[in-house]
Amino acid sequence: MREGSFLREKIFLGMSFKEYLKNHATIWNFIALIILALSFFSMAYRLLYGLGPATNLSDTYPWGLWISFDILVGIALAAPGLTVGTAVYLFGMKDYKHFAKPAILSSLLGYIFAVFALMFDLGRYYRVFYVIGWSWGLDSILFLIAWHFFLYIIICLIEWSPSLFEWLGKDRLKEFFSKLGIWATVFGVIIAGGHQSALGGLFLVAPTKVHPLWYSALLPLFFLISAIFAGISMVIIESTISHKVFKEKIMNFKENEFNLKTIGLAKALVAVLFVYLLLKILDLAHYDNWHYLVTLYGYIYLFEIIGFVFIPALILINSIKMGNARHVRIAAFLVAFGVILNRFNVSLIAYNWYIPFSEKYYPTWMEVSLSLGVVTLIVLFYRFIVRRMAILN
Amino acid sequence: MEKDRKDMDRRDFLKKALTVTGLTLIGGKAFAEPSSIYSTGNIANRKNWEKYEKMKASGIKLEDSYAVLVDLTRCIGCRRCEWACNEWNKNPNKPLKDFEESKDQKPSIFDRVRRTHAGEFTVVNRFYQNNTPFYVKKQCMHCLEPACLSACFVNAFSKTEQGAVLYNPSLCIGCRYCMIACPFDIPAYEYYDPITPQITKCTMCFDRVTEGKLPACVEICTADAMNFGKRSEILQLAYERINNNPQRYIHHVYGEHEVGGTSWLYLSSIPFENLGFPKLDKIAIPKISKSFLFTVKVLEIIAAAPLVWGAYYMISKNKKSGGDSSAKTHDDKK
Repeated sequence: MREGSFLREKIFLGMSFKEYLKNHATIWNFIALIILALSFFSMAYRLLYGLGPATNLSDTYPWGLWISFDILVGIALAAPGLTVGTAVYLFGMKDYKHFAKPAILSSLLGYIFAVFALMFDLGRYYRVFYVIGWSWGLDSILFLIAWHFFLYIIICLIEWSPSLFEWLGKDRLKEFFSKLGIWATVFGVIIAGGHQSALGGLFLVAPTKVHPLWYSALLPLFFLISAIFAGISMVIIESTISHKVFKEKIMNFKENEFNLKTIGLAKALVAVLFVYLLLKILDLAHYDNWHYLVTLYGYIYLFEIIGFVFIPALILINSIKMGNARHVRIAAFLVAFGVILNRFNVSLIAYNWYIPFSEKYYPTWMEVSLSLGVVTLIVLFYRFIVRRMAILN
Repeated sequence: MEKDRKDMDRRDFLKKALTVTGLTLIGGKAFAEPSSIYSTGNIANRKNWEKYEKMKASGIKLEDSYAVLVDLTRCIGCRRCEWACNEWNKNPNKPLKDFEESKDQKPSIFDRVRRTHAGEFTVVNRFYQNNTPFYVKKQCMHCLEPACLSACFVNAFSKTEQGAVLYNPSLCIGCRYCMIACPFDIPAYEYYDPITPQITKCTMCFDRVTEGKLPACVEICTADAMNFGKRSEILQLAYERINNNPQRYIHHVYGEHEVGGTSWLYLSSIPFENLGFPKLDKIAIPKISKSFLFTVKVLEIIAAAPLVWGAYYMISKNKKSGGDSSAKTHDDKK
């Protein structure tokens, strides 16, 4: 390979192909490779033999892991762009500028790969563009989501493109998209708010199927608020990991300053968590669902709310007081896990709540491996881009 | 018994999978499922939709839609309606005798509560109360305001003037949201078709009804458990029966008001909750999604104003603070 060629400088980080491969022969990359191999097998199997052989989906459970995890969880956890991006670019919270670019990148990758995963769940994926320009189901909540996904990916691309054009050395394009950035952010708030709540709204049409503890007229609001705290906790998690992994990329990294900002994020996080808790209690009281709390579903509900909303909120309060950024990070992990649990509860466990647990859906290994593969792809793409473009500094 | 069925179906399925794919990569499938879940390539839905399109173009107006009254006190569980439905809609079928026998068999297909599947648009279930069997036919209820229709994001459903809710496979993307939305768990999916899977469901025999015939299941019923007619007349008939024989029926016509009303109506002697019917509000499901969509759109528009103002504010602030032409200019400049 020619010295100074595009491929060598931009793609292989200035190494020759051989050096690059050698450099990447780590145990983690090996694990990633195995996951990807299994995942690609599942994708091919699904495409060749159909959903029936590849998944445990049934007429009773038309939506399984791929919707619950890849879409409902994935999109909630891809909310960093909505939260931090907005705080920085719209409300001018310059202190958090360092968090904004990684946040936008993770939103972009999160959405793109959520839609990628969705292609395997759709029976006739090759018709997906029908919803954009062929036949409109204007009364459908899913229609709103489809359009909002489409628009939001464009918005994330605009927000991210200055980094891309800077990497490619196209200064004028970079300038142009930088100017568009604030408008993308404004519409991003509207669009993201709309579809995050609409994901909860999807289940409004199934009042008899979702357990009363989770079914509520407030479902859309719960999904929106939990996406906001999922977004903030993901920013904390992501920055923690990238500051460990990409230390060399971050010039003049100040541990103290970083910890202080993490605690700043914790303050926002705890506020949102309490709003959510308050509404949850209000919801319980309004529907008079207290008696369900002593059933099996009640325990699952309490496990979710107390274990992954209330307890992290307490940890956060304490760590803000003590100035302990490490505990903030632990709490952020709990909160993110709680959001995963919540989406699984609404869409799988509390869905069809009247059928016995033995008849409930559980994923096949192919469904699991495909989802894991998509997560791996997000991580690999994130790493690929962070190593090449000015995302972290 | 449950286990026997499982083993049988498992063997069946393995054989199928081995021959079809030459692979043995099967996870923990729910093997208790009936073979009708493997059905693919049904043509009834497409045929009916095409007929509907043609009729719509010719523009005939009807005063009232049709309805069917199912009198559960009369149903004897012969399952002939299932046979007739399969026959007419070209679904996988068995000899009529096999259907009629199952009532007295032990073990019997009635031992578990069944639902509709890709190759099975109607099923009869058996419920017991005080050791008395009650047979309940299940098929698409043909809602007046269908949840599946409002759930579909490519508008692949239509409520016809005749009362039937029809599905258009040529638009369907296969998201299966209609299956989530249907309060009666009716739409089924061809999970075993990798390339052109579709939703399948009862068409209320649109192709027969529009030619002056009865739906296949209604026609074959020898127990006179089903009546077909204009919805208003059918409702009248239902109340006549209740009023003439108040000790035989409970005072409830299921489907009159449930989810905004349905084109299939049921009479029973015991509460419908004991017969596998969901307890539903009067509000139509599409009303819920429509009001949600309205709220979201209003909030999005309301939110747009302060956000746009905020953006202008940020831009002008950045201009004043010098140099940076927008809020998004990056640190590396400084």
